[in-house]
Amino acid sequence: MLLEAPFTEEMMRALKVGDLVEITGVVYTGRDAVHKYLHEGGKSPVDLRDAIIYHCGPVVVKEGGRWVVKAAGPTTSIREEPYQGPLMEQYGLRGVIGKGGMGPKTLAACQKVGACYLHAVGGAAQVLAECVTAVEGVHLLEEFGSPEAIWEFRVAKFPAVVTMDAHGKSLHANVASVSAEALARLLKP
Amino acid sequence: MDAKTLQARLLELIRRTSCELPPDVIRAVDKGWRREKPGTNAKYAFGVIRDNIKLAAGKSQPLCQDTGTIICDVARPDWVSERAFRAAFEKAVDEATRVGYLRQNSVDSITGRNSGNNLGPGSPVIHFHETTAKALTARLMLKGGGCENVGAQYSLPDTGLGAGRDLEGVRRCVLDAVNKAQGKGCGPGVLGVCIGGDRATGYVASKETLLRPLDDDNADPVLAKLERRLLDEANTLGIGPMGFGGATTLLGVKITARNRVPASFFVSVSYMCWAYRRDGFQLSAAGRIAKWLYD
Repeated sequence: MLLEAPFTEEMMRALKVGDLVEITGVVYTGRDAVHKYLHEGGKSPVDLRDAIIYHCGPVVVKEGGRWVVKAAGPTTSIREEPYQGPLMEQYGLRGVIGKGGMGPKTLAACQKVGACYLHAVGGAAQVLAECVTAVEGVHLLEEFGSPEAIWEFRVAKFPAVVTMDAHGKSLHANVASVSAEALARLLKP
Repeated sequence: MDAKTLQARLLELIRRTSCELPPDVIRAVDKGWRREKPGTNAKYAFGVIRDNIKLAAGKSQPLCQDTGTIICDVARPDWVSERAFRAAFEKAVDEATRVGYLRQNSVDSITGRNSGNNLGPGSPVIHFHETTAKALTARLMLKGGGCENVGAQYSLPDTGLGAGRDLEGVRRCVLDAVNKAQGKGCGPGVLGVCIGGDRATGYVASKETLLRPLDDDNADPVLAKLERRLLDEANTLGIGPMGFGGATTLLGVKITARNRVPASFFVSVSYMCWAYRRDGFQLSAAGRIAKWLYD
């Protein structure tokens, strides 16, 4: 399923857990430092309305005066759980790309604003870097350093799996309950 | 060998480790891919993982953008001092960061400033051992933060897990750690486990044991049996690659033991992601790479 900018609430509400999507448009990277900064009232240097945030600390180097993305896979999302829901509501985010899934606060926010959690394959930094067609800007680079900066990536057909949807469903919660049962069986005295 | 040559060889070790998975790991990934049912999210994740392995090697670019903690284990002959090795390795790390084999990954814990070249207090990590062999042996591991964050240390007995001070207690801790790691460390993972030691040496040994080839057998038959059992049991948990659900939760389990004081019984678990970046070589005094250790 192709998810092409502009990202809309309708588009996101149509998605269901398990759907494979390909994202085309601009996404903004943001991870630990950015989430804490925005949550504490820092001003966003980019317009996050209807945006997709990518939990990613890429490897980007300057070659011949331009930014070149060398690797750009997702980082573990659960660290942003305290911040993500409130930011989703404040800015009207349409999606979050990351890995490992997020918790109940974010799931509730997805349902409320009409947004999805889009799971990229962790560690697959080359497959995903291939989808970045241009670096359109970088913000907070001095303050936070390269991995923690906001990079504006234009992406084409960036692959991800919907693992938390706008209907309150989470693949992570399902898998966790299956594995908890299996573990209980293995640990029976 | 002059300092420049040593630096160049170490740069090549860093490049290979960051960009190319060793053959034993690729074989384990392929086995996992064959095990998963077509049309599942697990099969899809493995497909992306396999494409990524090929692409990174072909482009000579980092397999994963988190190039991790840089951990180098060195068996050092007389012809090179610790001081000289460290100097050459640090220069190689600096250069590897500039050309993009490594991410700028070293952050001052007080100020939050990124040093920009992976150098700083505690980075890179080098463990030296003296050797009477003629060749220098260096093993390098790049351990990403996602998987490092899900490492766990247990102090036995643990009432909640029903874990006493025996191998059954160890088994319970390890399975608990795998369940808690789901989704966060990029699965399918590989576990390094140390039974005993103190809190510091236990974790060090749990990482050292990840330097073993994935398909070897533990020299201790009791631990070998426990490794096989834990691998099979973990793969019945249904967590699967990336926590998408599936039959392949782990690719391997490696266990080692250290003596402990009577009052302590630690179980230290280090989780390595599928992007199991480790490599190593033997380097002659003349600067020739005599052998890649995992080929």
